[in-house]
Amino acid sequence: MRHILKIAGLLAVLLAVWIGLLQSSLISPQDALLLPVYLIIALGCYGLGMVGIGLLVFPTCPKEALLLEKDVAEAKAFFREIWGGCQFP
Amino acid sequence: MERPRGSSLSSPKYSILIPTYNKRLNIALVTYLIFKHLSDINFEIIVIDDASPDGTQEVVKQLQHVYGESRILLRPRHGKLGLGTAYVHGLKYASGDFVIIMDADLSHHPKYLPSFIRKQIETSADIVTGTRYVKGGGVHGWNLMRKLTSRGANVLAQTLLWPGVSDLTGSFRLYRKTVLEDLIKACVSKGYVFQMEMIVRASRKHYHIEEVPITFVDRVYGISKLGGSEIVQYLKGLVYLFLTT
Repeated sequence: MRHILKIAGLLAVLLAVWIGLLQSSLISPQDALLLPVYLIIALGCYGLGMVGIGLLVFPTCPKEALLLEKDVAEAKAFFREIWGGCQFP
Repeated sequence: MERPRGSSLSSPKYSILIPTYNKRLNIALVTYLIFKHLSDINFEIIVIDDASPDGTQEVVKQLQHVYGESRILLRPRHGKLGLGTAYVHGLKYASGDFVIIMDADLSHHPKYLPSFIRKQIETSADIVTGTRYVKGGGVHGWNLMRKLTSRGANVLAQTLLWPGVSDLTGSFRLYRKTVLEDLIKACVSKGYVFQMEMIVRASRKHYHIEEVPITFVDRVYGISKLGGSEIVQYLKGLVYLFLTT
């Protein structure tokens, strides 16, 4: 099933719940009308939070740069031996 | 089922596709490292060079003398034609059961190749994709701004697309050859959005996808790659994928 249909289905369910809440007396009409706004704000906060957390725990690997330098040196030495120094500085 | 020549059920063959443009030093380094880390594996390297003016193809021919013409295939093209078509072109000559795609600039380190292969064998996955964003993986060479845009882009993509993988734009991947052929036919995007489209479509088609952590050392220092137009291109790509996959 196309992804957009899944999303549309989810939105339809949310819409039905919202309309149900509006018509029932569980929550006052004023509060119920604002629910989508709260949902969007919550979604925004979640997104920003995920970005923030992601930045905090962003995996870095400074050692890898050093290891790479060693590998590059090893490879260059190999080619210098078989091709002479003319190919690579 | 007819097997590709040079492979058997117990020892599958891997075709490593490497598109190159002006990579005359790096292609030699990458080749050396691949042979170092895959010494027990049946593989071939297919270099797809887009008419590099710096002599990349001459270096590849010399590498063929060192390692053998059956291990290194040079399949050049006449101009700078883009990544998606490079894979299509390289696939034509691939005789492996599995195809590995990677960059030639050493941001993808060949030392991870055994872990891709191991993961596929352990899980019988159709696709193994390298991810920089999990424990054991990582990035070096990105400043805060770059990390921020990367993280923001990733969260946006996860929220919109539910892709099932943690690193959407990565291009260090192992595909079962038949799966790659199927996906390439279905994908139309260019550049890194193409990489995203491949993995999202694979997810939609319920291919078995596994991830392995990889480290990514950005020697080009990424700043050049992320201007405003790149961001717009990315957003357009996201919307396209959201609506059509």
